[in-house]
Amino acid sequence: MRRVAIVGAGLTKFYRNTLETPKELAYEATKMALDSCEMRLSDIDSVVMGTAPDAFDGIHMKGEYLSDGAGAFRKPYMRNFVGGGTGVFAPIHGWFHVASGMFDTCLVVCEEKMSSAYPHPAGAFLTIFDHTTEQPLFPTLIWIFAIEMNRFMTTHGYRKEDIARVAVKNKKNAMDHPSAQLPAEITVEDVLNSEVMAWPVNRLDISPTSDGAACLILAAEHVARRITEKPIWLDGVGWCLDSAYWCTRDLYYPDYLEVAARQAYKMAGIKEPSKEIHIAEPYDPFTYKELHHIEGLMLAPRGKSVQMLVDGVFNRDGNLPCSPSGGLLGVGNPIAAAGLMKVIELYQQLKGEAGKRQVPGNPSCGVANAWGDLMQVGTVVVLRK
Amino acid sequence: MEITEKDVLRTTTKLSANDILDGKVLSVKWTPNLKYAWDNGPAIGRYLAELKNGNVIAKKCNSCNRVMIPPRMFCELCWRPSDEWTFVHDTGTVNTWVVSHVDWKAGRLDIAGGIRPYTPAVIEIDGASKGMGILHLLDEVDPWKIFRGMKVKAVWKPAEERTGSITDIKYFKPIE
Repeated sequence: MRRVAIVGAGLTKFYRNTLETPKELAYEATKMALDSCEMRLSDIDSVVMGTAPDAFDGIHMKGEYLSDGAGAFRKPYMRNFVGGGTGVFAPIHGWFHVASGMFDTCLVVCEEKMSSAYPHPAGAFLTIFDHTTEQPLFPTLIWIFAIEMNRFMTTHGYRKEDIARVAVKNKKNAMDHPSAQLPAEITVEDVLNSEVMAWPVNRLDISPTSDGAACLILAAEHVARRITEKPIWLDGVGWCLDSAYWCTRDLYYPDYLEVAARQAYKMAGIKEPSKEIHIAEPYDPFTYKELHHIEGLMLAPRGKSVQMLVDGVFNRDGNLPCSPSGGLLGVGNPIAAAGLMKVIELYQQLKGEAGKRQVPGNPSCGVANAWGDLMQVGTVVVLRK
Repeated sequence: MEITEKDVLRTTTKLSANDILDGKVLSVKWTPNLKYAWDNGPAIGRYLAELKNGNVIAKKCNSCNRVMIPPRMFCELCWRPSDEWTFVHDTGTVNTWVVSHVDWKAGRLDIAGGIRPYTPAVIEIDGASKGMGILHLLDEVDPWKIFRGMKVKAVWKPAEERTGSITDIKYFKPIE
């Protein structure tokens, strides 16, 4: 397998409701990525697209619709989709293309436009549940995440007011992100006093619905060396899916993520993740989920992540900065594009080009993950400079 | 990567659901006529038929010795056909739960108007293997007094109203 580098990135601003079409959003991010490393579309051998359910944009076979915006015209093009995990699966999919030797360059484009679905995109999710044993109960995504959060809390004795600090941290971090949709200085009280959606999940425990697009450019080593003096390496990839019988799993711990992380760490030669990884972008569509993922990524012992959060370990200037971008809670959550935004954050941080968001200490190794489907998929990438 | 204020103004809009209802924006109204007739398969088929009889049935895997509910024709862990049918109880234990103020469309329930919050839960069914839960609703209990480990029992629809559906159990309530 060949070593794969990231050589360019582009990210649109995230909005609740853009006027651009999904295709235009994809174009904007892709053009920005090519410009960032002075490449042209003619330099690109292959394109992969990550985008979540067709039901969001209301366009069936959305991958085909988006292809022009992603610069895929008359190029090898594939769409991938693993629910919320898509944004971090897309660079893995691009990695296959380049590591295999099949292509020297690959555009990885992710797009989501959730605002088109009325009254709320949540309604599009009823049909992900088992049609016979679950749909008649009219479940919604927030229920199952709240169910998971509660199991996580009751297993470890975590308190809601401590978990709420994730929203405070991430929304504050997002103040320095030019793409951010919901940056804010808030307090734990603001989170606890925000509208109850499905206890234990309050409104400020959840990332917003968003529109946006993101793009990464991957290149084989010999090409990357020509493009940049500072390639960032995609040194580890891992992915794993757990059982769809989600009521049969103990939801307190994301086993699927641990399996995916072990795969990525093994490939990257990482033996002690909490020591060798300097910066993390754990997937944070909900406050508890960042902590759940920190434990699944083995960056904190099980049951200890909240204390580390309270101690400031995960702050931008802490020992292990987590979501220095501002995460989905602060920057926004256009599903696939949000996952790729996290990988782009690692890329910029490792390059030392994160501006006001730059974490101190010259980090050289980072991990990002995303999660989705019926709370069952883990996708993990390890980046190094 | 610089996004200017002008870009923000150009691309931001405050569209609301009412703008669509009031016809202020071009919108497409489409009532999809997508209807599905899902086959239950033998495992869920028998599960539903037994619910109609007021029974809860599971299926065993003699390799991992799990009693699985909902019943399944193959064990997803051992990756082999499952074995005997076995009746389990209509009682169980709350594994985890939610106090929901929203419906399936993220629409708000009128809690102030007296609507009881929905309290869905994962309920581990007695007689099935530990950790084997199903999604169902809790009722006849103060939503804020539900706890992990609470023992609950199914409240069934009257026999003549049952249709062979998971909703033949109306909800679970605490065992006194």
